[in-house]
Amino acid sequence: MTPAGRDVWVHVEHLNGKVAGHTYELLGKGREIADALSGRLTAVLIGGGIQPLAETLAADGVLCVDDAGLADATPGSHAAVVKALAEKEGPHALLLGATSMGMDLACLLAAALERPLMVNCVNLQVGDGRLVATCQMCGGKLLCEAEADGPAVVTVVPGSFPAEAGVAKGAPPIEAVPLPADLGAVRTRAVRMIEPEPGDVDITKSSVLVAVGRGIQRQDNIPLAEELAGILGGTVCASRPVVDQGWLPLPRQVGKSGMIVKPKLYLALGISGAPEHTEGMKDSDLIIAVNSDAKAPIFDVADYGVVIDMYDLIPALTQALQARRA
Amino acid sequence: MRIAVLLNMVPDLVEELEIDSTGKALDTQWMRYVISESDDHALEQALLLKDRHGASVSVLALDYGDADQVLFAALARGADEAVKLTGIPESGLGKRAAAATFKEALGEVGADLILTGVQAIDDLDGHVAGMLGGLAGMPYVGVTRSVEPSGDGKVLVQKEYPGGVAAEIEVTLPAVIGVLSAPQPPRYVPVARIRDVKKTRTLDEREAAAVTVPAQPTIIRMFMPEPAEHAQMLEGSPEELAEQIVKILDDRGLTS
Ligand SMILES: Cc1cc2nc3c(=O)[nH]c(=O)nc-3n(C[C@H](O)[C@H](O)[C@H](O)COP(=O)(O)OP(=O)(O)OC[C@H]3O[C@@H](n4cnc5c(N)ncnc54)[C@H](O)[C@@H]3O)c2cc1C
Ligand SMILES: Nc1ncnc2c1ncn2[C@@H]1O[C@H](COP(=O)(O)O)[C@@H](O)[C@H]1O
Repeated sequence: MTPAGRDVWVHVEHLNGKVAGHTYELLGKGREIADALSGRLTAVLIGGGIQPLAETLAADGVLCVDDAGLADATPGSHAAVVKALAEKEGPHALLLGATSMGMDLACLLAAALERPLMVNCVNLQVGDGRLVATCQMCGGKLLCEAEADGPAVVTVVPGSFPAEAGVAKGAPPIEAVPLPADLGAVRTRAVRMIEPEPGDVDITKSSVLVAVGRGIQRQDNIPLAEELAGILGGTVCASRPVVDQGWLPLPRQVGKSGMIVKPKLYLALGISGAPEHTEGMKDSDLIIAVNSDAKAPIFDVADYGVVIDMYDLIPALTQALQARRA
Repeated sequence: MRIAVLLNMVPDLVEELEIDSTGKALDTQWMRYVISESDDHALEQALLLKDRHGASVSVLALDYGDADQVLFAALARGADEAVKLTGIPESGLGKRAAAATFKEALGEVGADLILTGVQAIDDLDGHVAGMLGGLAGMPYVGVTRSVEPSGDGKVLVQKEYPGGVAAEIEVTLPAVIGVLSAPQPPRYVPVARIRDVKKTRTLDEREAAAVTVPAQPTIIRMFMPEPAEHAQMLEGSPEELAEQIVKILDDRGLTS
């Protein structure tokens, strides 16, 4: 195990030249944790041509590895760099987003540094000098409080903490570090970015979304949702399993690996409300959820809920809306 | 190409979850297990590679939950060999220990490409895929939606990032890939076919290696969320519910 001090490190995630919103949430929480540990808060910023991003990060310091070789980074190259940085004196807490990049990196680093890992954390505290994380499990149906006896790596679900506290008021001190690892030894190489296929509708621009989940059961049932969306002047979108089945195209997917939407109305039909889904829609103005399971976590983010088999409700709702329009 | 797919069983969320008397674990007594959804996709990804490019597919599972059923179903779907790792506690292992156990077993089975789901719903102390990549010192990429061979011992994977963006990444084998989705839905095989396979095929049972896990978080408690805010629940007949919803939308100018 590498030696650890009392500091808190936050891995800064960025895509297309912008810092990801959850990084500020981690910095805000990281401040509290660092204060409780009497340590420093360090933002770890890695990439190619990214040093200007450092100015927005609220931290005691920014460890910045800006190298052209890191311009198209893979989890493997980031892991090699953070590992080398941590080898001298690693942090007590290394915080990453529970995101595509953060999940990969957290596992690689926890293994390489022989640190315990706690994933999908939604709350984080220090008790008796230990990190105590509350982690989401079972699609949001269960929480687990766990603690690490010593330095640890934690992935945090985006949206768990306010972002404001993590946005820098003044520029933080930046420590530029030359590339500390041999990227030639990294056996993953970024080839290209693939942008979402255009052509279909842009669900982020729709003010009314009728969202269907696995509860829709069959592709043949999608037209029922489309009819409803049509009357409301909205668009049909979906959770991941519906897209995985090929019933709706990928640009219609809402959530962690899909789109982030904030419509005036989000009508969720047969969606359980897994954290990966709610991440993409919980800031909608009005959320109405229809689910046959009264314990579905979607009711924790919805404004209004209906426990019913959607097929008992959809005809009545379609009819009532049609009558309202006539 | 020799592909190994790691299959993990997780609680079926269709059933009620209960916490046991210790307050620190799920009550497994009546628990129904199902294959972890992204592992199901990892198996499909492996079978697609076999169909399109030729490959041998070995599936491995730790012996807890309904491992036999999951392994036989995988054979029925087209896997060539199924390995059951025995000597596992009934409630399974932590994810880091599971990854370490699979690592030892893979040393015997041998594989160029190891596919497993990127995340399981019961992950707490890590994700098996990424931990295995890290522990084995192999290249690792997770959250993939496609894996294709690209010649001379490499694969091209598509890794999903937020906003519908994906990165194409070239990975040198041997490697571990954490699959989110296969390019097509997991194939279905009739239950009768699985029953046949149970009569004609056998599982390769091997004693799991004892592993030590250096750093583990300690569970303090498990509990059901009690959110500060909860939806206002509407009640009534379908017609009454429809009327209430129309009223809510009306009030916000969403019906005109
Ligand atoms: C790295 C990663 C990224 C992910 N990204 C995303 C993402 O971007 N978007 C996303 O959505 N998911 C994503 N997921 C998947 C996510 O974890 C969940 O598996 C998914 O959101 C579940 O979709 P669902 O709610 O439609 O299905 P389920 O969880 O299966 O829920 C179906 C719901 O329908 C209800 N139901 C069934 N029948 C009826 C009926 N007749 N009437 C009413 N209700 C009914 C059930 O009670 C249940 O609550 C991701 C997962 C991972 C690991
Ligand atoms: N036709 C099938 N194809 C693939 N997997 C299956 C199939 N039937 C059952 N399984 C898997 O076997 C496990 C037990 O299923 P069951 O017998 O339906 O309880 C589940 O985890 C299923 O995912």
